[in-house]
Amino acid sequence: MNIISSEYTIKVNGVEVVDIPEDLFIPPDALQIILEQFEGPLDLLLYLIKKQNIDITDIQILPITNQYIEYINMMRKIQFELASDYLVMAATLAEIKSRMLIPNDIDDDDEEDPRANLIKRLMEYQKYKDLSLELDLIPRLNRDNFIASGIFNQIERRQELPKIDIDELEEAFLEVMKRAEINASHNINTEVLSVRERMTNVLELLNKNEDAVFTDCFDVSEGKMGVVVTFLAILELVKENIIDLIQNDSHSVIYLKMKK
Amino acid sequence: MSKIQNIELIIESALLVSQNPLSTKELVDLFDSNKPSKSTIKRAIETLNKSYVNRSFEIVEVASGFRIQVKNGYDEWLVKLEKQISSRFSKAFLETLVIIAYRQPVTRGDIESIRGVSVNPQIIRNMIEFEWIRVVGHKDTPGKPELLATTKKFLDHFNLRSLNELPEIEESNA
Repeated sequence: MNIISSEYTIKVNGVEVVDIPEDLFIPPDALQIILEQFEGPLDLLLYLIKKQNIDITDIQILPITNQYIEYINMMRKIQFELASDYLVMAATLAEIKSRMLIPNDIDDDDEEDPRANLIKRLMEYQKYKDLSLELDLIPRLNRDNFIASGIFNQIERRQELPKIDIDELEEAFLEVMKRAEINASHNINTEVLSVRERMTNVLELLNKNEDAVFTDCFDVSEGKMGVVVTFLAILELVKENIIDLIQNDSHSVIYLKMKK
Repeated sequence: MSKIQNIELIIESALLVSQNPLSTKELVDLFDSNKPSKSTIKRAIETLNKSYVNRSFEIVEVASGFRIQVKNGYDEWLVKLEKQISSRFSKAFLETLVIIAYRQPVTRGDIESIRGVSVNPQIIRNMIEFEWIRVVGHKDTPGKPELLATTKKFLDHFNLRSLNELPEIEESNA
């Protein structure tokens, strides 16, 4: 099916071109591709003008219009709504042609060539089309250039906590033990208390309060056994890096604090 | 650990770690006391770049400041990392972008009259999302259309320091 009619002649710089360029034949199936290929009516028009190798300033309106309308007709059959921008251009071309046909009675030099405005728009569009191709050539990120980066391995600066002498810890423990002894006689049943459970209890205490005084963690009424379990629980928590033991001065109160 | 004194290496480390280009001022502000002058910073960057002659990367200056990037020519291998996003743009996208860049501030109507087709709203939305363009005001005409202009991020993306570095408009002889 030859859609492009060849009833008109095309002249390139005065020489008649008999053969229609092959690529002007477009099967209707390929219309989608045309629509995607051309960035609108100006682009299509530029294409047609270039194909005919015509100086943009010397457009022959009739053959261009005919070709143009052929395209429009194909578009209308398939995607009418997409063709609206193109229809405006077709009307413009027809208008220019008719104005050129009307004899200009008044010999007025100021009378503008009806094509002038269209040529201006075409040249303007051509300018930005070319620039867009140039912009596309500029090296750009993630295609030609890639940001290099390193990773900042931030080492957390630990707050230097006052060191607790093991002797002082022992001393504090013995003090609690002493108190437990006093209560020992009242303690009859030996409860089986797990260290783990006690660890949870200590943590619960610390969840309620920001920090806890070491001696407050112990319930002396539990007797020696209970006190030892609590002490083990605290040591375990320190070992597992869950809590800190803080003492501001030697022999002062020891605090338990949750590690941040 | 002895304190690091070398200005060049401090600048280098900052550029490596920063997610965005760093301006000269931001680089000066890295230092608390004995702030180096801006020209010292520039010299330090030159020295660094000289030392990168046999490396794959370099420090470049773009609109927002300095950044470390891989030199040209490695794309052939790096594309395989699939790190690329939006490395290809449609003709419509590029034409719209170029009109905004060269004619800013422009309205959608201006773009439409140059291109002869209606502006695809998705294209504008994408550009705004990339932070390549932004609305800089409204034209005092009916409908108060938005005026669009490009951003520093757009220049950064195209390795440009200013709009002047865009390709020159050839006055078409058609």
